[in-house]
Amino acid sequence: MSTPAETRNQVLQKKPGFFENVVCAFCGCLCDDLVVEVEDGRVVKARRACASGRGLFTHYDPVPRQPTVDGREVEWEEAIAEAARTLDEADSPLIYGLSSTATEAQRKAVALADRLGAILDTTSSVCHSPSSLAMQAVGEPTCTLGEVRNRADLLVFWGCNPAVSHVRHFSRYSVMPKGILTSHGRKDRTVAVVDVRPTASTRVADLFLQVQPGTDFEVLTVLRALVQGKEIAIETVGGISTARLRELAERMKTCRFGVAFMGMGLTQSRGRDLNVSELFTLVAELNRYTRFSVIPMRGHGNVAGADQVLTWQSGYPFAVSFARGYPRYGPGEFSAVDVLARGEADAALILASDPVAHFPGAAAKQLERIPIIVLDPMPSLTTQVARVVLPTACYGVDAAGTAYRMDGIPIRLRPVLPSVRPTDEDVLSEIIARVGP
Amino acid sequence: MSKQFTLITGRTPEQGEGLHKGKGSEAYRSATTLVEMSPEDMARLGIEEGQVVRVQTVAGQVEVPVRAGALPPGLLFVPMGPAANGLIGTETEGTGMPSFKGLAAEVEPI
Repeated sequence: MSTPAETRNQVLQKKPGFFENVVCAFCGCLCDDLVVEVEDGRVVKARRACASGRGLFTHYDPVPRQPTVDGREVEWEEAIAEAARTLDEADSPLIYGLSSTATEAQRKAVALADRLGAILDTTSSVCHSPSSLAMQAVGEPTCTLGEVRNRADLLVFWGCNPAVSHVRHFSRYSVMPKGILTSHGRKDRTVAVVDVRPTASTRVADLFLQVQPGTDFEVLTVLRALVQGKEIAIETVGGISTARLRELAERMKTCRFGVAFMGMGLTQSRGRDLNVSELFTLVAELNRYTRFSVIPMRGHGNVAGADQVLTWQSGYPFAVSFARGYPRYGPGEFSAVDVLARGEADAALILASDPVAHFPGAAAKQLERIPIIVLDPMPSLTTQVARVVLPTACYGVDAAGTAYRMDGIPIRLRPVLPSVRPTDEDVLSEIIARVGP
Repeated sequence: MSKQFTLITGRTPEQGEGLHKGKGSEAYRSATTLVEMSPEDMARLGIEEGQVVRVQTVAGQVEVPVRAGALPPGLLFVPMGPAANGLIGTETEGTGMPSFKGLAAEVEPI
Protein backbone atom coordinates (compact mmCIF):
# COMPACT_ATOMS: atom_id res chain seq x y z
CA MET A 1 0.00 0.00 0.00
CA SER A 2 1.32 3.42 -0.87
CA THR A 3 1.49 5.91 2.01
CA PRO A 4 1.02 9.63 1.36
CA ALA A 5 4.72 10.12 2.06
CA GLU A 6 5.72 7.60 -0.55
CA THR A 7 3.38 9.18 -3.07
CA ARG A 8 4.93 12.57 -2.46
CA ASN A 9 8.35 11.09 -2.82
CA GLN A 10 7.49 9.61 -6.20
CA VAL A 11 6.48 13.08 -7.37
CA LEU A 12 9.78 14.44 -6.18
CA GLN A 13 11.71 11.65 -7.81
CA LYS A 14 12.41 13.24 -11.19
CA LYS A 15 14.42 10.29 -12.44
CA PRO A 16 15.36 6.97 -10.89
CA GLY A 17 17.55 7.40 -7.85
CA PHE A 18 17.32 11.23 -7.83
CA PHE A 19 15.30 12.85 -5.02
CA GLU A 20 14.63 16.51 -4.28
CA ASN A 21 13.32 18.29 -1.17
CA VAL A 22 14.54 15.48 1.05
CA VAL A 23 14.44 16.16 4.80
CA CYS A 24 17.61 15.64 6.82
CA ALA A 25 16.75 14.29 10.28
CA PHE A 26 20.21 14.65 11.80
CA CYS A 27 19.66 17.79 13.87
CA GLY A 28 16.78 19.97 15.03
CA CYS A 29 17.02 22.18 11.91
CA LEU A 30 15.33 19.43 9.83
CA CYS A 31 16.58 21.04 6.59
CA ASP A 32 14.07 20.02 3.93
CA ASP A 33 15.87 21.00 0.73
CA LEU A 34 18.39 18.21 0.21
CA VAL A 35 19.00 16.70 -3.22
CA VAL A 36 19.83 13.05 -2.73
CA GLU A 37 21.22 10.58 -5.26
CA VAL A 38 20.90 6.82 -4.83
CA GLU A 39 22.98 4.18 -6.60
CA ASP A 40 22.93 0.43 -6.04
CA GLY A 41 20.66 0.75 -3.02
CA ARG A 42 22.82 3.29 -1.17
CA VAL A 43 22.88 7.07 -0.94
CA VAL A 44 25.95 8.31 -2.80
CA LYS A 45 25.32 12.04 -2.66
CA ALA A 46 23.37 14.34 -0.35
CA ARG A 47 23.72 17.79 -1.86
CA ARG A 48 23.10 20.94 0.22
CA ALA A 49 23.54 18.89 3.41
CA CYS A 50 26.13 19.91 6.00
CA ALA A 51 28.88 17.41 6.82
CA SER A 52 26.85 15.88 9.65
CA GLY A 53 23.71 15.57 7.54
CA ARG A 54 25.66 14.16 4.62
CA GLY A 55 27.18 11.55 6.91
CA LEU A 56 23.74 10.43 8.08
CA PHE A 57 22.83 9.54 4.49
CA THR A 58 26.10 8.44 2.89
CA HIS A 59 27.61 6.43 5.77
CA TYR A 60 24.41 4.45 6.33
CA ASP A 61 24.51 0.88 5.01
CA PRO A 62 20.85 -0.18 4.58
CA VAL A 63 21.59 -3.87 4.01
CA PRO A 64 19.50 -5.78 6.58
CA ARG A 65 21.53 -7.13 9.47
CA GLN A 66 20.55 -9.96 11.76
CA PRO A 67 19.67 -9.10 15.35
CA THR A 68 21.96 -10.46 18.03
CA VAL A 69 21.46 -11.90 21.50
CA ASP A 70 24.61 -12.01 23.65
CA GLY A 71 26.62 -11.38 20.48
CA ARG A 72 25.10 -14.35 18.62
CA GLU A 73 23.16 -13.72 15.40
CA VAL A 74 19.55 -14.89 15.70
CA GLU A 75 16.27 -14.59 13.82
CA TRP A 76 14.08 -11.55 14.51
CA GLU A 77 11.46 -13.70 16.24
CA GLU A 78 13.99 -14.99 18.77
CA ALA A 79 15.53 -11.56 19.41
CA ILE A 80 12.15 -9.94 20.00
CA ALA A 81 11.09 -12.77 22.31
CA GLU A 82 14.32 -12.37 24.29
CA ALA A 83 13.82 -8.59 24.49
CA ALA A 84 10.26 -9.08 25.75
CA ARG A 85 11.36 -11.71 28.29
CA THR A 86 14.16 -9.46 29.62
CA LEU A 87 11.80 -6.52 30.08
CA ASP A 88 9.03 -8.66 31.56
CA GLU A 89 11.34 -10.19 34.16
CA ALA A 90 12.71 -6.80 35.27
CA ASP A 91 11.30 -5.15 38.39
CA SER A 92 12.22 -1.64 37.30
CA PRO A 93 12.96 -1.39 33.57
CA LEU A 94 14.18 1.88 32.05
CA ILE A 95 13.25 2.98 28.53
CA TYR A 96 15.59 5.70 27.30
CA GLY A 97 16.52 7.65 24.18
CA LEU A 98 13.82 8.34 21.57
CA SER A 99 15.42 11.42 20.01
CA SER A 100 16.64 10.00 16.69
CA THR A 101 13.49 8.20 15.65
CA ALA A 102 10.06 9.17 14.35
CA THR A 103 7.14 10.26 16.53
CA GLU A 104 5.31 7.08 15.53
CA ALA A 105 8.01 5.01 17.27
CA GLN A 106 8.10 7.43 20.21
CA ARG A 107 4.39 6.78 20.76
CA LYS A 108 5.12 3.06 20.87
CA ALA A 109 7.88 3.65 23.42
CA VAL A 110 5.36 5.40 25.68
CA ALA A 111 2.90 2.54 25.19
CA LEU A 112 5.60 0.00 26.09
CA ALA A 113 6.57 1.97 29.22
CA ASP A 114 2.90 2.12 30.22
CA ARG A 115 2.47 -1.62 29.67
CA LEU A 116 5.62 -2.49 31.65
CA GLY A 117 5.23 0.06 34.45
CA ALA A 118 8.65 1.31 33.36
CA ILE A 119 10.60 4.53 33.83
CA LEU A 120 10.68 6.51 30.57
CA ASP A 121 13.24 9.21 29.84
CA THR A 122 14.61 10.83 26.70
CA THR A 123 17.89 12.42 25.65
CA SER A 124 16.21 15.72 26.54
CA SER A 125 17.27 15.02 30.11
CA VAL A 126 20.92 15.62 29.09
CA CYS A 127 20.29 18.49 26.66
CA HIS A 128 17.26 20.73 27.16
CA SER A 129 15.49 19.31 30.23
CA PRO A 130 16.39 22.56 32.07
CA SER A 131 14.62 24.40 29.22
CA SER A 132 11.51 22.28 29.84
CA LEU A 133 11.69 23.09 33.55
CA ALA A 134 12.05 26.78 32.70
CA MET A 135 9.12 26.58 30.30
CA GLN A 136 6.99 25.06 33.05
CA ALA A 137 8.10 27.76 35.51
CA VAL A 138 7.84 30.95 33.46
CA GLY A 139 6.36 30.04 30.05
CA GLU A 140 8.00 30.17 26.65
CA PRO A 141 7.53 33.16 24.32
CA THR A 142 8.17 31.31 21.08
CA CYS A 143 7.84 31.68 17.30
CA THR A 144 8.64 29.66 14.19
CA LEU A 145 11.87 29.68 12.21
CA GLY A 146 9.82 31.05 9.30
CA GLU A 147 9.02 34.14 11.39
CA VAL A 148 12.70 34.46 12.28
CA ARG A 149 13.72 34.27 8.66
CA ASN A 150 11.17 36.79 7.45
CA ARG A 151 10.99 39.28 10.31
CA ALA A 152 13.80 39.14 12.88
CA ASP A 153 16.27 42.05 12.84
CA LEU A 154 18.06 41.16 16.10
CA LEU A 155 19.40 37.70 16.85
CA VAL A 156 20.96 36.77 20.18
CA PHE A 157 22.73 33.40 20.41
CA TRP A 158 23.33 32.57 24.08
CA GLY A 159 25.49 29.61 25.07
CA CYS A 160 25.26 27.90 21.70
CA ASN A 161 27.53 27.42 18.70
CA PRO A 162 25.30 26.79 15.67
CA ALA A 163 28.24 27.02 13.24
CA VAL A 164 29.28 23.63 14.65
CA SER A 165 26.13 22.07 16.10
CA HIS A 166 23.47 23.30 13.59
CA VAL A 167 25.60 24.11 10.61
CA ARG A 168 22.91 25.45 8.23
CA HIS A 169 20.95 27.38 10.86
CA PHE A 170 22.64 30.68 10.00
CA SER A 171 22.15 30.30 6.24
CA ARG A 172 18.63 28.84 6.17
CA TYR A 173 16.81 30.33 9.13
CA SER A 174 18.52 33.09 11.06
CA VAL A 175 21.55 35.19 10.03
CA MET A 176 21.73 35.15 6.23
CA PRO A 177 18.37 34.52 4.52
CA LYS A 178 16.49 37.27 2.72
CA GLY A 179 12.93 37.40 4.02
CA ILE A 180 9.79 39.52 3.67
CA LEU A 181 10.96 42.23 6.09
CA THR A 182 14.64 41.32 5.88
CA SER A 183 15.12 41.71 2.13
CA HIS A 184 18.84 42.52 2.45
CA GLY A 185 19.56 39.38 4.46
CA ARG A 186 22.58 39.74 6.73
CA LYS A 187 22.64 43.55 6.33
CA ASP A 188 19.17 43.82 7.87
CA ARG A 189 20.17 41.99 11.03
CA THR A 190 22.23 42.59 14.13
CA VAL A 191 23.78 39.46 15.60
CA ALA A 192 24.88 39.16 19.22
CA VAL A 193 26.61 36.06 20.60
CA VAL A 194 27.17 35.33 24.29
CA ASP A 195 29.64 32.56 25.09
CA VAL A 196 32.52 31.70 27.40
CA ARG A 197 34.99 31.41 24.52
CA PRO A 198 35.44 32.55 20.92
CA THR A 199 33.88 30.02 18.52
CA ALA A 200 33.08 29.69 14.83
CA SER A 201 29.72 31.32 15.68
CA THR A 202 31.21 34.33 17.47
CA ARG A 203 33.04 35.19 14.22
CA VAL A 204 29.75 36.19 12.58
CA ALA A 205 28.68 38.36 15.52
CA ASP A 206 28.34 42.14 15.48
CA LEU A 207 28.47 41.98 19.26
CA PHE A 208 30.36 39.23 21.14
CA LEU A 209 30.02 39.16 24.90
CA GLN A 210 32.53 36.75 26.43
CA VAL A 211 31.13 35.81 29.82
CA GLN A 212 33.03 34.01 32.55
CA PRO A 213 31.96 30.35 32.94
CA GLY A 214 29.07 29.86 35.36
CA THR A 215 27.98 33.53 35.45
CA ASP A 216 25.11 33.49 32.93
CA PHE A 217 22.44 33.88 35.61
CA GLU A 218 24.09 36.98 37.04
CA VAL A 219 24.63 38.50 33.59
CA LEU A 220 21.02 37.82 32.60
CA THR A 221 19.73 39.30 35.86
CA VAL A 222 21.67 42.53 35.29
CA LEU A 223 20.48 42.62 31.68
CA ARG A 224 16.87 42.31 32.88
CA ALA A 225 17.41 45.18 35.30
CA LEU A 226 18.91 47.34 32.55
CA VAL A 227 15.99 46.57 30.23
CA GLN A 228 13.69 47.73 33.05
CA GLY A 229 15.65 51.00 33.26
CA LYS A 230 17.10 50.34 36.72
CA GLU A 231 20.38 51.86 37.87
CA ILE A 232 23.20 49.36 38.24
CA ALA A 233 25.90 50.18 40.77
CA ILE A 234 28.45 47.59 39.63
CA GLU A 235 30.71 48.21 36.63
CA THR A 236 31.14 44.60 35.49
CA VAL A 237 29.29 41.33 35.87
CA GLY A 238 30.55 37.95 34.69
CA GLY A 239 33.48 39.68 33.03
CA ILE A 240 31.22 41.97 30.95
CA SER A 241 31.09 45.73 31.51
CA THR A 242 27.69 47.10 32.46
CA ALA A 243 28.10 49.60 29.63
CA ARG A 244 28.21 46.80 27.04
CA LEU A 245 25.21 45.12 28.62
CA ARG A 246 23.37 48.46 28.53
CA GLU A 247 24.12 48.63 24.78
CA LEU A 248 22.67 45.13 24.31
CA ALA A 249 19.63 46.02 26.45
CA GLU A 250 18.97 49.10 24.28
CA ARG A 251 19.31 47.08 21.08
CA MET A 252 16.88 44.52 22.49
CA LYS A 253 14.28 47.15 23.42
CA THR A 254 14.52 49.05 20.15
CA CYS A 255 14.67 46.23 17.62
CA ARG A 256 11.63 45.45 15.45
CA PHE A 257 11.58 41.73 16.23
CA GLY A 258 14.24 40.02 18.30
CA VAL A 259 14.86 36.32 18.75
CA ALA A 260 17.10 34.62 21.31
CA PHE A 261 18.47 31.17 20.56
CA MET A 262 19.87 29.32 23.54
CA GLY A 263 21.89 26.16 24.00
CA MET A 264 23.73 23.99 26.41
CA GLY A 265 25.97 26.78 27.60
CA LEU A 266 22.95 27.65 29.73
CA THR A 267 21.42 24.22 30.40
CA GLN A 268 24.61 22.36 31.35
CA SER A 269 26.25 25.10 33.43
CA ARG A 270 25.79 26.08 37.06
CA GLY A 271 22.21 27.24 37.51
CA ARG A 272 20.81 25.06 34.69
CA ASP A 273 17.03 25.69 34.58
CA LEU A 274 17.43 28.92 36.56
CA ASN A 275 19.66 30.30 33.78
CA VAL A 276 17.04 29.41 31.19
CA SER A 277 14.18 30.77 33.33
CA GLU A 278 16.03 34.07 33.60
CA LEU A 279 16.45 34.27 29.82
CA PHE A 280 12.81 33.27 29.14
CA THR A 281 11.67 35.90 31.68
CA LEU A 282 13.86 38.54 30.03
CA VAL A 283 12.36 37.69 26.65
CA ALA A 284 8.81 37.82 28.03
CA GLU A 285 9.52 41.23 29.59
CA LEU A 286 10.97 42.56 26.33
CA ASN A 287 7.51 42.13 24.81
CA ARG A 288 6.48 45.26 26.79
CA TYR A 289 8.72 47.23 24.42
CA THR A 290 8.83 45.25 21.16
CA ARG A 291 8.31 41.76 19.83
CA PHE A 292 10.78 39.16 21.14
CA SER A 293 10.87 35.34 21.13
CA VAL A 294 13.19 32.55 22.25
CA ILE A 295 13.90 29.16 20.68
CA PRO A 296 16.00 26.41 22.31
CA MET A 297 18.54 24.97 19.85
CA ARG A 298 17.38 21.38 19.89
CA GLY A 299 20.12 18.91 19.01
CA HIS A 300 18.90 15.57 17.72
CA GLY A 301 16.57 15.47 14.73
CA ASN A 302 13.42 14.59 16.65
CA VAL A 303 14.27 15.32 20.27
CA ALA A 304 11.65 18.09 20.12
CA GLY A 305 9.18 15.39 19.00
CA ALA A 306 10.11 13.26 22.01
CA ASP A 307 9.06 16.15 24.29
CA GLN A 308 5.85 16.59 22.29
CA VAL A 309 4.90 12.91 22.31
CA LEU A 310 5.66 12.36 26.00
CA THR A 311 3.71 15.49 26.90
CA TRP A 312 0.63 14.62 24.89
CA GLN A 313 0.70 10.98 26.01
CA SER A 314 1.68 11.30 29.68
CA GLY A 315 1.37 15.00 30.52
CA TYR A 316 5.13 15.40 31.12
CA PRO A 317 8.03 16.01 28.73
CA PHE A 318 10.72 13.69 30.21
CA ALA A 319 11.60 11.69 33.35
CA VAL A 320 8.27 9.89 33.68
CA SER A 321 7.61 6.77 35.77
CA PHE A 322 4.68 4.47 35.04
CA ALA A 323 5.57 2.17 37.98
CA ARG A 324 2.35 2.94 39.88
CA GLY A 325 0.17 2.44 36.83
CA TYR A 326 -0.16 6.15 36.08
CA PRO A 327 2.45 8.68 34.93
CA ARG A 328 4.48 10.50 37.57
CA TYR A 329 7.00 13.24 36.77
CA GLY A 330 10.35 13.32 38.51
CA PRO A 331 13.37 15.18 37.12
CA GLY A 332 16.28 14.06 39.29
CA GLU A 333 14.30 10.99 40.33
CA PHE A 334 13.13 9.36 37.08
CA SER A 335 15.77 10.90 34.79
CA ALA A 336 18.08 8.27 33.32
CA VAL A 337 21.43 9.45 34.72
CA ASP A 338 19.98 9.54 38.25
CA VAL A 339 18.21 6.18 37.88
CA LEU A 340 21.41 4.53 36.64
CA ALA A 341 23.70 6.25 39.15
CA ARG A 342 21.52 4.93 41.99
CA GLY A 343 21.41 1.45 40.44
CA GLU A 344 17.61 1.46 40.36
CA ALA A 345 17.02 0.08 36.85
CA ASP A 346 17.50 -3.67 36.47
CA ALA A 347 17.03 -3.73 32.67
CA ALA A 348 16.87 -1.09 29.95
CA LEU A 349 15.60 -0.61 26.43
CA ILE A 350 17.60 2.03 24.56
CA LEU A 351 15.84 3.48 21.52
CA ALA A 352 17.76 5.48 18.90
CA SER A 353 20.44 6.92 21.15
CA ASP A 354 23.90 6.11 22.50
CA PRO A 355 24.04 6.77 26.25
CA VAL A 356 27.26 4.80 26.71
CA ALA A 357 28.95 7.41 24.50
CA HIS A 358 27.35 10.41 26.17
CA PHE A 359 26.51 9.70 29.82
CA PRO A 360 28.80 10.41 32.77
CA GLY A 361 31.17 7.47 33.24
CA ALA A 362 29.47 6.00 36.32
CA ALA A 363 26.02 6.04 34.66
CA ALA A 364 27.39 4.56 31.43
CA LYS A 365 29.14 1.84 33.45
CA GLN A 366 25.83 0.83 35.03
CA LEU A 367 24.47 0.07 31.53
CA GLU A 368 27.16 -2.61 31.28
CA ARG A 369 25.93 -4.28 34.48
CA ILE A 370 22.26 -4.70 33.54
CA PRO A 371 20.74 -6.45 30.53
CA ILE A 372 19.99 -3.90 27.83
CA ILE A 373 18.12 -4.03 24.55
CA VAL A 374 19.10 -1.55 21.83
CA LEU A 375 17.18 -0.49 18.73
CA ASP A 376 19.61 1.34 16.46
CA PRO A 377 20.31 1.42 12.70
CA MET A 378 24.05 1.68 13.34
CA PRO A 379 26.55 0.04 15.68
CA SER A 380 27.33 2.28 18.66
CA LEU A 381 29.14 2.15 21.98
CA THR A 382 25.80 1.12 23.53
CA THR A 383 25.21 -1.74 21.06
CA GLN A 384 28.67 -3.03 22.04
CA VAL A 385 27.49 -3.74 25.58
CA ALA A 386 23.90 -4.72 24.73
CA ARG A 387 22.42 -8.13 25.37
CA VAL A 388 19.93 -7.77 22.51
CA VAL A 389 20.70 -5.64 19.44
CA LEU A 390 17.86 -4.93 17.01
CA PRO A 391 19.23 -3.26 13.82
CA THR A 392 16.26 -1.24 12.62
CA ALA A 393 15.73 1.12 9.66
CA CYS A 394 17.05 4.69 9.76
CA TYR A 395 14.34 7.34 9.98
CA GLY A 396 14.33 9.70 7.04
CA VAL A 397 16.64 7.44 5.01
CA ASP A 398 14.81 4.12 4.67
CA ALA A 399 11.91 4.71 7.07
CA ALA A 400 9.05 7.23 6.86
CA GLY A 401 7.62 9.10 9.82
CA THR A 402 7.18 12.51 11.40
CA ALA A 403 9.77 14.65 13.17
CA TYR A 404 9.44 17.98 15.02
CA ARG A 405 11.77 20.82 14.13
CA MET A 406 13.35 22.84 16.97
CA ASP A 407 10.52 25.39 16.69
CA GLY A 408 7.83 22.72 17.16
CA ILE A 409 6.86 22.38 13.50
CA PRO A 410 6.12 18.75 12.51
CA ILE A 411 7.72 17.71 9.23
CA ARG A 412 7.08 14.52 7.29
CA LEU A 413 10.17 12.45 6.58
CA ARG A 414 10.27 10.96 3.08
CA PRO A 415 12.60 7.97 2.78
CA VAL A 416 14.84 7.76 -0.28
CA LEU A 417 15.60 4.05 0.04
CA PRO A 418 13.08 1.21 0.03
CA SER A 419 12.30 0.00 3.54
CA VAL A 420 13.83 -3.45 3.86
CA ARG A 421 14.67 -3.38 7.54
CA PRO A 422 11.89 -3.30 10.14
CA THR A 423 11.28 0.17 11.61
CA ASP A 424 11.54 1.08 15.30
CA GLU A 425 7.75 1.32 15.31
CA ASP A 426 7.40 -2.22 13.90
CA VAL A 427 9.81 -3.74 16.44
CA LEU A 428 8.33 -1.91 19.43
CA SER A 429 4.85 -3.05 18.37
CA GLU A 430 6.09 -6.65 18.35
CA ILE A 431 7.64 -6.28 21.81
CA ILE A 432 4.47 -4.67 23.19
CA ALA A 433 2.45 -7.63 21.92
CA ARG A 434 4.63 -9.99 23.95
CA VAL A 435 4.93 -8.22 27.32
CA GLY A 436 2.79 -7.28 30.26
CA PRO A 437 -0.48 -8.48 31.62
CA MET B 1 51.85 27.58 39.79
CA SER B 2 48.11 27.07 39.47
CA LYS B 3 46.97 23.91 37.79
CA GLN B 4 43.34 24.68 38.57
CA PHE B 5 41.02 25.03 35.59
CA THR B 6 37.36 25.20 34.69
CA LEU B 7 36.36 22.41 32.31
CA ILE B 8 33.65 22.57 29.66
CA THR B 9 32.65 19.82 27.22
CA GLY B 10 30.80 20.09 23.91
CA ARG B 11 30.54 19.27 20.24
CA THR B 12 33.24 19.73 17.60
CA PRO B 13 33.00 19.30 13.80
CA GLU B 14 35.50 16.41 13.98
CA GLN B 15 33.43 14.63 16.66
CA GLY B 16 30.33 15.06 14.48
CA GLU B 17 32.03 13.56 11.43
CA GLY B 18 33.68 10.81 13.46
CA LEU B 19 30.39 9.50 14.81
CA HIS B 20 29.12 8.84 11.27
CA LYS B 21 32.29 6.91 10.46
CA GLY B 22 31.52 4.75 13.49
CA LYS B 23 32.23 5.17 17.16
CA GLY B 24 34.76 2.37 16.89
CA SER B 25 36.64 4.32 14.19
CA GLU B 26 39.99 6.00 14.66
CA ALA B 27 38.41 9.24 13.43
CA TYR B 28 35.94 9.24 16.35
CA ARG B 29 38.52 8.13 18.90
CA SER B 30 41.05 10.81 17.97
CA ALA B 31 38.33 13.50 17.70
CA THR B 32 37.10 12.82 21.24
CA THR B 33 40.37 11.98 22.98
CA LEU B 34 41.98 15.36 23.59
CA VAL B 35 41.89 18.44 25.77
CA GLU B 36 42.05 22.00 24.44
CA MET B 37 43.90 24.61 26.45
CA SER B 38 44.84 28.24 25.86
CA PRO B 39 48.35 28.80 24.44
CA GLU B 40 49.05 31.02 27.48
CA ASP B 41 48.32 28.18 29.90
CA MET B 42 50.36 25.75 27.80
CA ALA B 43 53.35 28.09 27.93
CA ARG B 44 52.84 28.71 31.65
CA LEU B 45 52.82 24.98 32.45
CA GLY B 46 55.49 24.12 29.86
CA ILE B 47 53.16 21.87 27.88
CA GLU B 48 53.79 21.20 24.19
CA GLU B 49 51.13 20.63 21.51
CA GLY B 50 50.26 16.92 21.50
CA GLN B 51 51.80 16.26 24.93
CA VAL B 52 49.74 13.85 27.04
CA VAL B 53 48.44 15.26 30.33
CA ARG B 54 46.32 13.93 33.16
CA VAL B 55 43.05 15.84 33.59
CA GLN B 56 41.33 15.23 36.91
CA THR B 57 37.97 16.21 38.39
CA VAL B 58 36.11 14.92 41.44
CA ALA B 59 34.44 12.36 39.16
CA GLY B 60 37.58 10.83 37.69
CA GLN B 61 40.65 11.32 35.58
CA VAL B 62 41.73 10.75 31.97
CA GLU B 63 45.03 10.96 30.13
CA VAL B 64 44.69 12.83 26.84
CA PRO B 65 46.89 14.83 24.44
CA VAL B 66 46.74 18.64 24.57
CA ARG B 67 45.69 20.80 21.63
CA ALA B 68 46.01 24.58 21.64
CA GLY B 69 42.55 26.12 21.48
CA ALA B 70 40.94 29.56 21.25
CA LEU B 71 40.14 29.62 24.96
CA PRO B 72 40.62 32.21 27.66
CA PRO B 73 43.30 31.26 30.21
CA GLY B 74 41.94 28.99 32.91
CA LEU B 75 39.42 27.20 30.68
CA LEU B 76 39.71 23.62 29.35
CA PHE B 77 37.59 22.06 26.59
CA VAL B 78 37.12 18.31 26.02
CA PRO B 79 34.90 17.16 23.09
CA MET B 80 31.88 15.12 24.16
CA GLY B 81 32.65 11.40 24.14
CA PRO B 82 34.15 8.70 26.33
CA ALA B 83 37.10 10.79 27.57
CA ALA B 84 34.84 13.65 28.65
CA ASN B 85 32.45 11.18 30.30
CA GLY B 86 35.27 10.02 32.56
CA LEU B 87 35.40 13.52 34.03
CA ILE B 88 31.67 14.14 34.52
CA GLY B 89 29.86 13.24 37.74
CA THR B 90 26.31 11.94 38.00
CA GLU B 91 24.94 14.66 40.33
CA THR B 92 22.06 16.40 38.54
CA GLU B 93 20.79 18.66 41.36
CA GLY B 94 17.25 17.43 40.84
CA THR B 95 17.07 18.28 37.13
CA GLY B 96 18.30 15.14 35.34
CA MET B 97 21.18 17.17 33.89
CA PRO B 98 24.74 16.43 35.02
CA SER B 99 27.34 19.24 35.07
CA PHE B 100 28.81 18.84 31.59
CA LYS B 101 30.16 22.39 31.76
CA GLY B 102 31.86 24.39 34.47
CA LEU B 103 33.64 21.65 36.42
CA ALA B 104 36.69 22.32 38.53
CA ALA B 105 39.57 20.40 36.97
CA GLU B 106 43.29 20.00 37.51
CA VAL B 107 45.90 19.40 34.80
CA GLU B 108 49.10 17.48 35.45
CA PRO B 109 51.74 17.00 32.73
CA ILE B 110 52.82 13.35 32.57
